[in-house]
Amino acid sequence: MKARVFVTLKTGVLDPQGKAIGHALEGLGFRGVGEVRQGKLIEIDLAETDEAKARAALREMCEKLLANTVIEKYEIELKA
Amino acid sequence: MKSAVIVFPASNCDRDAASALELLTGHKTEMVWHQDSDLPNVDLVVLPGGFSYGDYLRSGAMAGQSAIMRAVKAHAEKGGAVLGICNGFQVLTESHLLPGALMRNAGLKFVCRPVTLEVSETQSAFTRFYENGQQVVFPVAHGDGNYVADPQTLDRLEGEGRVAFRYAAGDNPNGSARNIAGILNEKRNVLGLMPHPERVVDPLLGGTDGTPLFKSLIEALS
Repeated sequence: MKARVFVTLKTGVLDPQGKAIGHALEGLGFRGVGEVRQGKLIEIDLAETDEAKARAALREMCEKLLANTVIEKYEIELKA
Repeated sequence: MKSAVIVFPASNCDRDAASALELLTGHKTEMVWHQDSDLPNVDLVVLPGGFSYGDYLRSGAMAGQSAIMRAVKAHAEKGGAVLGICNGFQVLTESHLLPGALMRNAGLKFVCRPVTLEVSETQSAFTRFYENGQQVVFPVAHGDGNYVADPQTLDRLEGEGRVAFRYAAGDNPNGSARNIAGILNEKRNVLGLMPHPERVVDPLLGGTDGTPLFKSLIEALS
């Protein structure tokens, strides 16, 4: 299975990089840009074919390494 | 006091730490490779500054998972002293030996300059040779030094006297919550701080404000 893991900052955690990106977009003349938050996308190929098991393994990967849950949250997207 | 410095790939203050320790203790410091799984018999373990694993994923995240960190955790659990400087502080938060996290500097720039700190806790093996409220100047050199934790954790750190160093008012280089520059764990045997005390132990290098930190450890652990 192919997994995409999105790691983003938790709501309320200040994101100076997102803010700088927002300012740069304004500088380029894009109007109506509100809050910008940035994060990471991690793509993982898995040998596991059972979706529930794959999801459980990915959650463990996120908790142990991929996300720092003090400041980040994660979302998992799975494709066969 | 016997000491060891952990060497991760891309540590770059490991030799500064060892030379400070050797200068002040008069003993040879052991250099321990991150893939080793055992620590030598030492009183103090130093996690040095640098860019371990190229800061991949997050600063300190990969180092926090390395083989030697299991031994460092066991050493800390037995009450052994652990000092994490700069990247070492990031490794300590990533491996949950200290609470909170170190995020990108609020100003987004790498900051490399001397900063004025206030010693806000002297009841520890790391700070007993300082005066409470004493101002000291240590250099900082980091891009991810912005200390964050939830308000309850911050209150707890302050309430329990676990904020060892703060940036002096107006001299916070990275946006850290409550000007926090260095914190202790609950048992007070683990200290993590972003500024570099090991770089100010010799007048030739611009100051000796870091010397009392190592002298405190030598007295407490010898």
